[in-house]
Order: sequence, then structure tokens, then C-alpha cells
Amino acid sequence: MQTKQLTFNHRWLPYLLLAPQVIITAIFFLWPAAQAMYQSLLRQDAFGFRTTFVGLDNFTALFADDLYLNALKVTLVFSLGTTLLSMSIALLFAVMVNRMLRSRDLYTTFLVWPYAIAPAIAGVLWWFIFNPSIGILPYLLEMLGINWNHRANGNHAMILVIIAAAWKQISYNFLFFLAGLQSIPQSLIEAAAIDGASRLKRFWTIVFPLLSPITFFLLVVNIVYAMFDTFGVIHATTEGGPAQATNILVYKVYRDGFVSMNLGSSAAQSVILMAIVVVLTVIQFRYIERKVNY
Amino acid sequence: MVENDRWSRMLAHAILILGVALVIFPVYVAIIASTHDGQTFLSGTLPLLPGTQAWQNYTTVIFEGRSRAGTPPIAQMLWNSFIMAMTIALGKIAISLLSAFAIVYFRFPFRMFFFWIIFMTLMLPVEVRIVPTFQVVADLGMLNSFAGLSIPLIASATATFLFRQFFMTIPEEMLEAARMDGAGPLKFFRDILLPLSITNIAALFVIMFIYGWNQYLWPLLITTDPGYYTIVMGIQRMVTGGDSEPLWHLVMATVVIAALPPILVILFMQRLFVKGLTETEK
Repeated sequence: MQTKQLTFNHRWLPYLLLAPQVIITAIFFLWPAAQAMYQSLLRQDAFGFRTTFVGLDNFTALFADDLYLNALKVTLVFSLGTTLLSMSIALLFAVMVNRMLRSRDLYTTFLVWPYAIAPAIAGVLWWFIFNPSIGILPYLLEMLGINWNHRANGNHAMILVIIAAAWKQISYNFLFFLAGLQSIPQSLIEAAAIDGASRLKRFWTIVFPLLSPITFFLLVVNIVYAMFDTFGVIHATTEGGPAQATNILVYKVYRDGFVSMNLGSSAAQSVILMAIVVVLTVIQFRYIERKVNY
Repeated sequence: MVENDRWSRMLAHAILILGVALVIFPVYVAIIASTHDGQTFLSGTLPLLPGTQAWQNYTTVIFEGRSRAGTPPIAQMLWNSFIMAMTIALGKIAISLLSAFAIVYFRFPFRMFFFWIIFMTLMLPVEVRIVPTFQVVADLGMLNSFAGLSIPLIASATATFLFRQFFMTIPEEMLEAARMDGAGPLKFFRDILLPLSITNIAALFVIMFIYGWNQYLWPLLITTDPGYYTIVMGIQRMVTGGDSEPLWHLVMATVVIAALPPILVILFMQRLFVKGLTETEK
């Protein structure tokens, strides 16, 4: 990694400058992460009196545990659902806004602010709209013959949390798609138009492929968001229920660690989650490396 | 020439207007709900037009709270959120400016090592190491304090990378000139780097303020004293706090107030916000 050609010479000043960042990182990031790895190899008895070293038992127990396998599946459905819903709506909006000239900024303003809403609040808002007794949507759905009840029906609960999580993320995806669309040279599209390609065909054969780096980047960012930043959506609404239907991995780590006090298992789950973040971060940065260098 | 006929433009406008309406809908419903009294929610579906209880509801949640539903007045929680968001945003910016300065303008042993340590924070969001981080904060006696709410969250790899990237674009001649005039590193930092970084600092501030304001899991873990509750986590207590159906008119008044500050920040600083968002992801 480069520095400036010309640099300052100082024996201890750079360390002093780095100290606050590095100390906070060491105490509140690295040490707890190391602790999680260490605790994942231990098992505490129910009263916390005795701790025994159990090797990888916590991990093997997890993968034999139906509840954990269920949480994996739920997380997969939730992340993919949130990502696809949010990205496809955002792409549609971005394509439409990109065609506007005078109204572009106005539409953008109307579409960016949900970014400011906390996931927990997004959850509460949709929880309220979908409320089986007073909500507006269940009332409309009933006319279609659907008896909405996210307190009893796992699928309904999943749809609810996906919509809440995706809604908040539309702004983010929209801004990146719009920036991507604006960087596509107009001449390419005009050339295709002269050759008689229809609007739809131009989109799928020219615009969409040229957007693919941004699409891929957003895919990773959205999966990270859905997996790790949506704790509030779940905790403030379904609390993982009904019957584990929305118990995503991050929520389960919290429950097992704080509510059931199962520290060994919670630590093992933390370690697995860390591995997932590491993989996703590496994918993201390898891609960005390429984007910066071309 | 790309055709841009009337009808397809009309269609695009129609889709967008419908889309904007859908995006606004949940917040519209919340605002409407916050203007009705509690009775309205006992009898069937929520109305779609404003009621008359707005003043009443908002003054109730801000100044009185509902002790029965387990919520203190939200004025206190708003203040806590504000302190937390400001400390996190300013703290992240301050320590990241310093570390980026060290990494770009000095050569020293273990430079790469420190760079990687900072990079690691990206891979360790608080959500994946909940219990041990809680234990560390508890051992340090930082539960139920503003220090505990903010300090563990102010390490920032993204902010450090952003400033590093920006410093790399500053011409070498700046440093040469400064050195010729006899400026030391700290003077160079204060009189040249800081003023040049103002736009980046402001853009980052917008993003980080929203990040800090919207924290949920962290305050949930380390505060048990209602005096330190933040507004976003306080709402959860209102929704799931009692056995009965939540007092929706008051919950929604709180939701509107809690969402307002970050929304205003985005609307008034849209340009900086977009810059901050797109730059931090590079």
C-alpha cells in the first residue's frame, strides 16, 4: 500500500495518532472476537459454576440441532427475499427516474429518505399496517379472501419482515442504480436505437449487462444488510416467531446468549457468523479492487 | 436519437408516482394514527384521514410518557439518542482522520499491521459477537453510561479508508510547500489537511449521525436504566412492553418523532448524504 512520496519523519507520533482507533478496535472488536472463539470451545454447566473444554462439540451440536438448521434456512429465505425484492423495485424506480429530466431531483428526494428510518422502526411501521385487527392491509386482503395473521402463520410473518426490511433498503439500492445508469454512455443506447432495438431489448442487452458490476456489489451489500443489520426488524416485531418462522441467525445468537444463557452454543454461532462476514467482505473487496483499477 | 414518446413517459410517471406513494404509505399511516385518540383503535380499521388529537398525543409522549406501558417521557430518550449519535459521528470522524493521517503521511514499522487491524473491524459487526462484547463492556463498568453507548462503536474502517483515499488525492506539493515554510506534522494537519477535508467530513457526518441515531441492538444490550434508553430502542418497549394491545396512537406519535431527525438530516443535506453514501462504499 502506498504512502506519499514525501513523508514526515517522526519516531512516535504516528503511533500516537493511530492509538485511539487501534485501542478501541483491540478492546471492543478483537478481544471479544477472540473470546467468542475461545468460549465456543467450552461448555458451562447450567449454573455457570463449572466450565469444561469440549473441543468442537458446540459446533457439531449446532449442525445436529434442528432449530439451528431451521435458522439457517430462515436466514437464507429472508436474505434472498429482502435482497431481490428491494433491488428489483429500486432498479425499476432508477430506470424510470433516469428517463426524467426536470422531475429527476424531485423523485429522487421522495425516494431517498426511507434510508433514515431505523430497521426497528421500519418493522414497527409495517407491523402496524399489517396488524390483523386494525391494520389496513389485512382489511384489503380479506376482500381477496386471504385471512392475514402474522401472529399464527409463519409465512405471513416472513412476508411481513421481508417487506419491512426491503422497504427501508430501496433508497440505498436506488441511489446506486441511478448513479450506475447515469454513467452508461448515451451513445451506446442511441446506436442500438438506430439499429431498431426496442426499449425493452435495449435494457436487457445493453443497460443491464453494463450495470452488472453495480448489481453484484449491491447483491453483496444487501445480503450483508439482511443478515446482520435487520436484528431490529425481527426483535421489534415477530421476535423470531411464530414457531421459529422468522428466527434469523443474528436473532438466535442474541436469544441463546442472553435469554437462554447458553454461552457455548451462542459463542459457536458467533464464530460461524464471523466466518460468513469474512467471506462476504473478501468477495466485496476483491470486486472493489477490480473496480478501482480498471 | 432515442424515442421518448408521450405515452411511455406518462407510463413512467404513473409508475413512479405509484411507487413514491407506496414508499410514503407506511409513514403516512403512522402520522395519521398519531392524530387519533386511543378509542379509534378499538373499533375496527384505522381511518385514513387525520383526527384531532395530534397536540394531545404529542405532548403526552414528549413530556409525560406512559408509566403504565413502561415508557418514560421521550424527551429524555431523544436527548440520549442525540448525545449518542453526535458522539459516535464526531468520534468516528476524529479518530479516523488521525489514523488516516498517520497511514498516509508517515512511514513507520508495522504500518501495514495497523492497517489490517483497522480493516478487521469491517469483518466484526457487533451483531456477530454480542455476548463477549457485552462482557467486556460490563467488566469495564461501562453499562448504563454514555461512554458505553458510544465509545465501543466509534472505531471505523470505512471512515479511515475514506480519508485515506482523499488524502492520497492531495497534491504532493502541498506537503513540500508546508515543509519549506517550516510547518511540522501537526501544523500541516490542522492548517492544511483539515480545511481541505471539510466536505468529506460533512458528508461522513451525515451518514454516521444516522448510523448512530438508528442504533438498536447496542443500547438494548447495555442499558437497563430507563434514564439511558434511546428513542429507537424505547419504541420496542412500548410495542411489546405490556400484555395488552399497544397504545398505538402514542406508539405512532413516538415513531414519527424518532424518525424525524435523521429524515430531516437527509432532506436538508441530500447532496452531502449522497456523496457520503457513495464514497464510503468505495
